[in-house]
Amino acid sequence: MTTTTAPAPSFNRDALEQLLADQPLPAWAEQQRRACLDRLESLDLPDRRQELWMRTDLRMFKPQAWGLRPAGDAEAPEGLLAPAFPQAEEGGVAAGGRPDYAGHFTTVNGHVSRCEIDPELSRQGVVFGPAAEVLAEHGDLLQKYWLRVIDTDSDYFAALHGAFHRGSMVLHVPAGVKLSQPIHCLAAIDDGGVDTSHVLVVLGEGAEATVLTETASCGTTGAATGFHCGGTEIVVGRGASLRMVNVQNWDRGVWHVARQKAVVHGNGRLQWTLAALGSRLSQVAQDVALVGEHAEAQVNGVMFTEGRQQLVYNTLQHHEAPSCRSDLLYKGALQDRSRLVWRGMIKVDKAAQKTDGYQRNDNLMLSAAARADSIPGLEIEADDVRCTHGATSGRVDEEQIFYAQARGLTADEATRLVVAGFFQQVFDRITIASVREALAAAIGSRIRRVS
Amino acid sequence: MNERLEIENLHVAVEGSEILKGVNLTIGRGEVHALMGPNGSGKSTLGYAIMGHPSYEVTAGSIMLVDADGTAHDVLEMEPDGRARAGIFLAFQRPMAIPGVRLADFLRHSVTNVRDPDRKEGQELMPMREFRGELKDKMKELSMDSDFARRYVNDGFSGGEMKRAEILQLAMLRPRFAILDETDSGLDADAVRLASESIARIGGAEMGILIITHHEQLLEHNIPLKTHVMLGGRIVESGGPELAAELHKQGYERIRKAYPEAAAAEEEMEAERRLEPAAS
Repeated sequence: MTTTTAPAPSFNRDALEQLLADQPLPAWAEQQRRACLDRLESLDLPDRRQELWMRTDLRMFKPQAWGLRPAGDAEAPEGLLAPAFPQAEEGGVAAGGRPDYAGHFTTVNGHVSRCEIDPELSRQGVVFGPAAEVLAEHGDLLQKYWLRVIDTDSDYFAALHGAFHRGSMVLHVPAGVKLSQPIHCLAAIDDGGVDTSHVLVVLGEGAEATVLTETASCGTTGAATGFHCGGTEIVVGRGASLRMVNVQNWDRGVWHVARQKAVVHGNGRLQWTLAALGSRLSQVAQDVALVGEHAEAQVNGVMFTEGRQQLVYNTLQHHEAPSCRSDLLYKGALQDRSRLVWRGMIKVDKAAQKTDGYQRNDNLMLSAAARADSIPGLEIEADDVRCTHGATSGRVDEEQIFYAQARGLTADEATRLVVAGFFQQVFDRITIASVREALAAAIGSRIRRVS
Repeated sequence: MNERLEIENLHVAVEGSEILKGVNLTIGRGEVHALMGPNGSGKSTLGYAIMGHPSYEVTAGSIMLVDADGTAHDVLEMEPDGRARAGIFLAFQRPMAIPGVRLADFLRHSVTNVRDPDRKEGQELMPMREFRGELKDKMKELSMDSDFARRYVNDGFSGGEMKRAEILQLAMLRPRFAILDETDSGLDADAVRLASESIARIGGAEMGILIITHHEQLLEHNIPLKTHVMLGGRIVESGGPELAAELHKQGYERIRKAYPEAAAAEEEMEAERRLEPAAS
């Protein structure tokens, strides 16, 4: 913990009143905040008797130590994905330069430090900006989605997020509009910082977009602390197509709790990639609901853990409509004493005949002290479905290393190559080259010789 | 004097049991040698020991790489990758798959390191354009489809494809000394002929080659200067190409009778193997 002269404000009623005064929202949204606070006050931290939290060790998490933080003077880091989007020519978009991205949204400790959108997109009706502004102006469009896709009352963190979200990004792409460049969203915190940001992405019928979101710590020690309690809501309209990427790259002292859910309507397509490199402890819920016929979701996970990191993922592929397809592949490599948990569920409703569901989790153990748990699950009420799952856990094979050494590669190079090869299968699915390259490089730089 | 790979009185043990019991063999650069012998006689062990497999423990003897000026380098002091960089190559009998790593990318790493033995990790690889051009030419020479290099290293390869991939690597790396461990196994007659021609074209005067084989077809275009017969962990007899033909046609009965001591060692090793749980 960082030392502070005054006790940090907690997530309590006073803090909420202050937030409401600083950032007024439309009445309906403020009502949501208050309802969530009531709920929060009635809840304790989740304990290990709850199924989703069984494998998450929160003993060292002290809720009273955390609260909303002032902006501070830290600058946002560049981010892992940002180098793929060089600044537009001198003068930027304002000077008429064509951007390499459709929009940028950056926050530090939940305070917006940058928000830009290609003006051409605004003219086409794309709504983009901080929730604090956009919800007031476009409540008619957004009220039915905002904090209604994810739940805000099932546990302490869900309620905390519902009450105290701040620094949130909203993107609404109207029917038929296609974004040819990605939107980039970066949520940063400084040492001891707090982020409660929310992301809402809504694609109207036939719309197309690519959204890259990442979370990262300011500074360069790699050891900064912090707390993220975030939420992501995605709505893919009929026949719409979204590529969504979330990269979690916090420093090694950050607590990360995130609830993320996508709803995909008929003939809609979603490619959703989750990558995780950082944090002290992560607890992530990633849910996909396929609610219209022939909706498709491809879910990709890329995790690299080291030190004493503990990352827990609960995924749900919920087939609510017939003839939908979902395909999940999570791949993790574990170094040192780190721990990775994946608990996946494919749920098929009675109405969802002709479901094609798949889930797979492969883990590569780079040390004997690391531990990975894979817990696939199926819950099927329809009778004409194809649902399969698989999980593997393996080590780098010494025979592979010897083979590569016999061809002149050092043992280190050989190890890196084998690990890169392990992730290639999931990279082959990610259709955004810059994301593949950034992740491959980030993982490559973290691998040490196999112990 | 010629550059050479000198193996003297080599003893090698795997998990405590001795497999090689004093092997002597000298291969000059530009020479072809054939190594034959029944299964389990220690032929592959010799290949692994020369390449430095960590499970093959050298308990006595030496392997030296001798330059033309007489300077000798102790191969046993080198890591396996050091040996590759020093110009030694082993074509594996059963090459390992590396899923997710394209053969072309693997080879680019490999070629860069072998051609620039002092390269430090992280330094630039051979320029992509130059590498691709060379790879394309070599694949054409070997009648290989260019798509092959885009596949993952040995992943899902047929037996024949693996052997051809090994020959491609041999062609790209151009080692000083190559050990080809049953590069003909799993190939049909036409493929063996093609492999034989390819090896002859790649080898020439620049390469010393040890061909481990059960057959004589691979030797068709690679007439061995000497044929060696291994039995019970020793080379018991050496002769000309006619010896390879004899062994291929008539088997090892004459050899076993002529060298009863080695035949006894072979039986003993065979018995020991049967006692162990099935090895991979």
